[in-house]
Amino acid sequence: MNKTIITVVGKDTVGIIAKVCTYLAESHINILDISQTIVSGYFNMMMIVDMSGTDKEFNTVADDLEALGKDIGVVIKCQREEIFDSMHRI
Amino acid sequence: MINIHEVVETNEMIEKENLDVRTITLGISLLDCIDEDLDKVCDNIYNKIYDTAKDLVKTGDQIAREFGVPIVNKRISVTPIALVGGAACKTPEDFVRIAETLDEVAKKVGVNFIGGYSALVSKGMTTADRLLIESIPMALANTDVVCSSVNVGSTKTGINMDAVRLMGTIVKETANATKESDSLGCAKLVIFCNAPDDNPFMAGAFHGVTEADKIINVGVSGPGVVKTALEKVRGENFEVLCETIKKTAFKVTRVGQLVAQEASRRLDVPFGIIDLSLAPTPAIGDSVADILHEIGVEHPGAPGTTAALALLNDQVKKGGVMASSYVGGLSGAFIPVSEDQGMINAVEAGALTLEKLEAMTCVCSVGLDMIAIPGDTKDTTIAGIIADEMAIGMINQKTTAVRLIPVIGKGVGETVEFGGLLGYAPIMPVNKFSCDEFVNRGGRIPAPVHSFKN
Repeated sequence: MNKTIITVVGKDTVGIIAKVCTYLAESHINILDISQTIVSGYFNMMMIVDMSGTDKEFNTVADDLEALGKDIGVVIKCQREEIFDSMHRI
Repeated sequence: MINIHEVVETNEMIEKENLDVRTITLGISLLDCIDEDLDKVCDNIYNKIYDTAKDLVKTGDQIAREFGVPIVNKRISVTPIALVGGAACKTPEDFVRIAETLDEVAKKVGVNFIGGYSALVSKGMTTADRLLIESIPMALANTDVVCSSVNVGSTKTGINMDAVRLMGTIVKETANATKESDSLGCAKLVIFCNAPDDNPFMAGAFHGVTEADKIINVGVSGPGVVKTALEKVRGENFEVLCETIKKTAFKVTRVGQLVAQEASRRLDVPFGIIDLSLAPTPAIGDSVADILHEIGVEHPGAPGTTAALALLNDQVKKGGVMASSYVGGLSGAFIPVSEDQGMINAVEAGALTLEKLEAMTCVCSVGLDMIAIPGDTKDTTIAGIIADEMAIGMINQKTTAVRLIPVIGKGVGETVEFGGLLGYAPIMPVNKFSCDEFVNRGGRIPAPVHSFKN
């Protein structure tokens, strides 16, 4: 398992999840969990995905999603799960 | 599994509160570069550093990308050059050639500083040590990214007052040699007491002789994160205050530990230590002074400041110690003046003096740091200030340091601009009374009685 956290922050609009999921499906990246919330008026979505099925490099996926985010007017970030694990779990 | 609130908290720390990994420092031993022939030594140094560090910047950038946390600086520390160049260098100019080699290779591999143009003379000076120290003004004037440090005392050895006196002159000469750039050379020169072997923070970093061939040390910072956490506990008692600092320091250090382990694995270099220091930058919201303000003093320098800094320093260490398998270096809170907007404001408001800063150094992680003083300050007065700071370190068994910048051609009330991470600083007044007879005595101050712990 090669877990990555994808976060989407921005103004809520139709089709954000659909577009991100389409890209992930085409790239053979499996979604393990999705949750969303509103923080200070902004739409916040988090996905935990497993990248072990894709043959794309981490940087490629991160760049593609960043560009996709720009298209729909939100900020999309990819980060490896370890940074959150080490900060919030002993 | 990680939940969204934890993810949001981490990303807010990074995006809004300036959480970053301040530096990955690759320590490289140059002991195997020693030769009698100066050309050979320079070649050896260039090749060893290039071979060891060529992937450092690339690897650091890739780790930053994958974890989404900035790694601001990538740096190199090397064995104190007085030891490496001793056999080949017969004049200060010979040592300057080594400095130029370090500068060249550091730029080639893309790091922003290389530390270790250093001499360890806490008890006595060899001929090579003296030549290196004499070469410092020219070395710092002829190079851009080389940092120099001299350890002139320790709790175990006492204070080498000959070296202290000499450094008073060297600081002034360095200021003169770089006067076209507002005496910037002095910002790259640190005088230590009880220097640690494994400090990743410039300008005082060097690769200790007790270290392995190469090692990865990581410096973590994040004053903005601590400040923001404290905003949520305004008016609460000291227990709540201290617990909040500790927990925040823990989280910040965990990020450093992760980055250090990852860098160590990818570069195939052993992991040394994490240095958890609240190191400010001139960026708004990245200030240690703002934390002191949040703890409850109007400006740093007000009564209560030393106590506030003491508890901050201690809680930072307590939180950090559990978060990393090895904590070392300087760890604590840095209080440089020019690099911290809140400290600059305090000086300009008349709240903070050199004397109060000296008191604060008794409880902070390092010492008198990045303080601009009038360019006409006497050599002996600078030596006197160094001696005072070294005495604080020696007696309190802690690291202390002095990084003073006598700005040639400028006086109290004027401002000096260093640019970038080094910031700007108002020039602070220095006590005018003489210490000439004291610092000119020569010899050394014996080790204090509590150093005899055998």
